[in-house]
Amino acid sequence: MSGLQIAFLLIGAITLFAAVITVSSRKIMHAALWLILALGAVAAVFATLEAGFFAAIQIAIYVGAIAILIIFAVMLTRRAMEDSGPQLNSTWPAALVISAGVLTGLVILLSSWGGFETRSMALPPTGENIAALGTALVDMNGYVVPFEVASLLLIAALVGAIFVASEPKGK
Amino acid sequence: MTLWYEDPIKLIANWLFGLMLGWGMPVDTANFVLTLLGAAFLGVVPLLFCIFLIWYERKLLGRIQDRFGPNRVGPWGIFQPFADMLKIFIKEFITPQGADVVPYNLAPILSVASVLLIWAVVPFSMTMMGVNLNVGLSFIIGCGGLGLLAIILAGYGSNNKYALLGGMRAVAQLISYEVPMVMSLLVPVMLSGSLGVNDIVQKQTVPYIILAPVAALIFFITSVAESGRAPFDLVEAESEIVAGFNTEYSGLKFGFFFVAEFLHAFTISLLFSTLFLGGWRGPFTDQVPLLGFVYLVVKTFIVYFLVILFRGSLPRFRIDQMMDLNWKLLTPLSLVTLLITALLANPLSGMPLLQAVALFLVNLAALVVLMSWAERKMPRKRKIVAKTRPLATPNQQDQLSA
Repeated sequence: MSGLQIAFLLIGAITLFAAVITVSSRKIMHAALWLILALGAVAAVFATLEAGFFAAIQIAIYVGAIAILIIFAVMLTRRAMEDSGPQLNSTWPAALVISAGVLTGLVILLSSWGGFETRSMALPPTGENIAALGTALVDMNGYVVPFEVASLLLIAALVGAIFVASEPKGK
Repeated sequence: MTLWYEDPIKLIANWLFGLMLGWGMPVDTANFVLTLLGAAFLGVVPLLFCIFLIWYERKLLGRIQDRFGPNRVGPWGIFQPFADMLKIFIKEFITPQGADVVPYNLAPILSVASVLLIWAVVPFSMTMMGVNLNVGLSFIIGCGGLGLLAIILAGYGSNNKYALLGGMRAVAQLISYEVPMVMSLLVPVMLSGSLGVNDIVQKQTVPYIILAPVAALIFFITSVAESGRAPFDLVEAESEIVAGFNTEYSGLKFGFFFVAEFLHAFTISLLFSTLFLGGWRGPFTDQVPLLGFVYLVVKTFIVYFLVILFRGSLPRFRIDQMMDLNWKLLTPLSLVTLLITALLANPLSGMPLLQAVALFLVNLAALVVLMSWAERKMPRKRKIVAKTRPLATPNQQDQLSA
């Protein structure tokens, strides 16, 4: 068992533990904080794979922006700070059915994936090629369409946020 | 064989390595111990250096305000920070009732950690650096995010509505100012073609403050705002919301926030001199690499002097003025400077002099145009209610200046 495997097992255990506590915590603020730990552990997984760029961007975007947004949303909601209500609401059977279905689907998909046996290639000694990532994101045969669609989505969210937050005209 | 003026850190590391091998340690363990020692060194030295920084800032602020600053405790007051440290160490930790223990205690630690982590990627000379990360700049941006988290944890964990309010205001300011900061940081990346900080320093034959003055200006302003210093120190405006997010912290925990702020101010000066002033570059660094470290320290202290000058001479921003500045001036300006650099840097990369002159002039033109445009967009919100009345003074010239 090499050191890297031990590190991965540890980080994976932390991620799973944090994720379970996120969904089962009674206080919503604690759930947000455990989510931050889970996201940070995913960044650590990226780091063990020597994908430094992704680890840094994961921390910068997920922890630095998305988690902060979640916390803002939690704090600006009325009385959410002291909210520690019951953990299940009346629709829990439907939620159980749907999540069990999704889990079965994922297990079936992953059991036929060959990736568990293939060894990952070592990165070249110069490290990851970020220039290739950049080129692929704007290449016609690459990922330019998802890239542009994502930016459209962000524009739509921005316009929606401005509209929701603007003062009502007239009156 | 590295000489002492080439790389003293490597010399000491080699000597320790030889020592540990002589004790019979396997090579991997010796390397691991060396890495740990290096990390501990890099973590402790900035904290110890903070003692000097606190003294320097208080003396300089005093002089700017036409007074002496601390001058009783030791010659020129150099033992004043030690007295401060002693006081802060022996104060009692008062945890407020109902405080959430883990976030409350984690916040000061995370605050200092997020600043110290940045020191790991800064190149101090040609070969002396913590880690030659090829994504150093993304790492730095991520560390800023960790600092934000610390403030939120502090505000939430204190069980105090003023702390919460202060924390939310602080985070609102910080996330707003991250946007132009990240965009202005892209300009050195574009000019040097790499995200690694050491690569950016090595490509700066012409310092980037000349090639990208607007980006340097935006980075400087947003970094000062990010660190929560005056004039952007709404987060800890003492007369307004008690002490903001660190209201409920006493003793060493408050000391950690204090140290984090001072160290952050020095760290942004370090980053500015590395990214825009050329870092360790200077004459004779080929023959005597240690001179690069000296140059870096000199450049950093010049920028740090400017940061303290800002604090001592500018009044505090109101929150709406701060947001206006950010969203109506800095963000469009950073977008425009990104466009300019993208259009002009690559085509002219063969002719360094023409590139430098063209970039400089177009940047300045964009700055002037956007500032005059923003001037019209940011109204002063002043309403004239009456004409000015003449002053009742005996001097004739004072009457005219009423």
